[in-house]
Amino acid sequence: MIPRHQTVLFIVLLAASVIMGVLLWNQLRRAHDRLLRGEDSAPTQAPQVAPAEQATLMVANDADNTVQPRILSLPLPQNPEARARAILGKLLDLYAAPDAAHPVPGGASSIEQLFLVPIADSKGTAAPDGSELAVVNLTPAFAAGHPSGLETESLTVLSICSTLNANLPHVTEVRFLVDGEPRATLAGHADLTRTYLTSEDAVAAGGGL
Amino acid sequence: MAALIAIPASGPIFAQAPAAAPRFVVVLDAAHGGDDAGARLGSEAEKAYTLALSIRLRSLLMARGFGVVTTRESDTSLEPGSRAQIANHANAQACISLHATESGSGVHLFVSSLAPVQNAHFDARFLPWKTAQAAWIMRSLSFAGVVNSALSHATVHVTLGRTALPAIDSMTCPTVAVEVAPEQSTNAQGPASLDDPDYQARVVDALAAALVEWRSQAREASQQ
Repeated sequence: MIPRHQTVLFIVLLAASVIMGVLLWNQLRRAHDRLLRGEDSAPTQAPQVAPAEQATLMVANDADNTVQPRILSLPLPQNPEARARAILGKLLDLYAAPDAAHPVPGGASSIEQLFLVPIADSKGTAAPDGSELAVVNLTPAFAAGHPSGLETESLTVLSICSTLNANLPHVTEVRFLVDGEPRATLAGHADLTRTYLTSEDAVAAGGGL
Repeated sequence: MAALIAIPASGPIFAQAPAAAPRFVVVLDAAHGGDDAGARLGSEAEKAYTLALSIRLRSLLMARGFGVVTTRESDTSLEPGSRAQIANHANAQACISLHATESGSGVHLFVSSLAPVQNAHFDARFLPWKTAQAAWIMRSLSFAGVVNSALSHATVHVTLGRTALPAIDSMTCPTVAVEVAPEQSTNAQGPASLDDPDYQARVVDALAAALVEWRSQAREASQQ
């Protein structure tokens, strides 16, 4: 026969276990609710660390083989290299959108680095007009995912060069790298080994031939 | 250092070709080939499409009395420099680089984006290999105008542009790059896919007609 005190102890322990289980389940539910509330209150937009300014994006269109200016208000940093990278990032974001007139996957993260280098003569003296060479280093994923075609690749190169020139007029030359290395073509057509003169691009953008 | 090429000292090849060669020579460059498949066109690769286009255009041109040189007749790899080398050795009066894509609409017609060489700086004997086309840009633009007219006459939607394409940048002849895309415009003929035989025939016939017109213009110029 079970002693009376052991029966009482068993009942007390069972009651304590049930109460602790209920409390634990309640705490778990509260923690889950707190987590969900925390996600809801998380910022949905990146904090703007710079004031919004107007930028001119030269946006390509595959349907008519043109590059047309589009003026947008963007938060732009003061540093010229960061500024150029932010503008080109926005341009590539437009191309990565589902309804883009010039669809190219990748978006802003496709620009690995961007450098502005003063153009020097053969003696190493910087040009008196302060003209600069922009070196755009693209990610391998961007080059691999870019649609292959003479028109689409030419438009991508043209729109990047024209956008740089429209927002940073002292950028007169542009060179492209992929993952830090020179590359023969973007996706089988457009030459990436040459230095592009932004004045040539202005001619090309002005109505083809 | 850029490699140099030698060309006749008395001026562009075009001016002296009729006396030297009895036939009007055209170079057809089917883009890509071998390991380089080019763009995907549905189930087909661009290299196969351009080769078929080149062979079809060659037949039409030979029937019209042209001398035709093709950069490739099969699925073989060719470097851009080799394509230009074949074209430059042919002393051609016109060069066409053939491409195809699924983006855009109609035919995309391109001329090299190199800046034209000014006459004062033009040394006809030696040209930098990578920018040799610069001396022919003005003639290439004229040739593109003739091709544009012929394609428009055939109700093909045409877009014009300039491009940096290594193969044509080294060619020493009037050169255009022709990229065929599906016809999406709502003209009299309606939309057409790249596989559409009627569309292919219209494009190839228009290119042949353009070359006939270009030849007659060259003969008129040589008689003056």
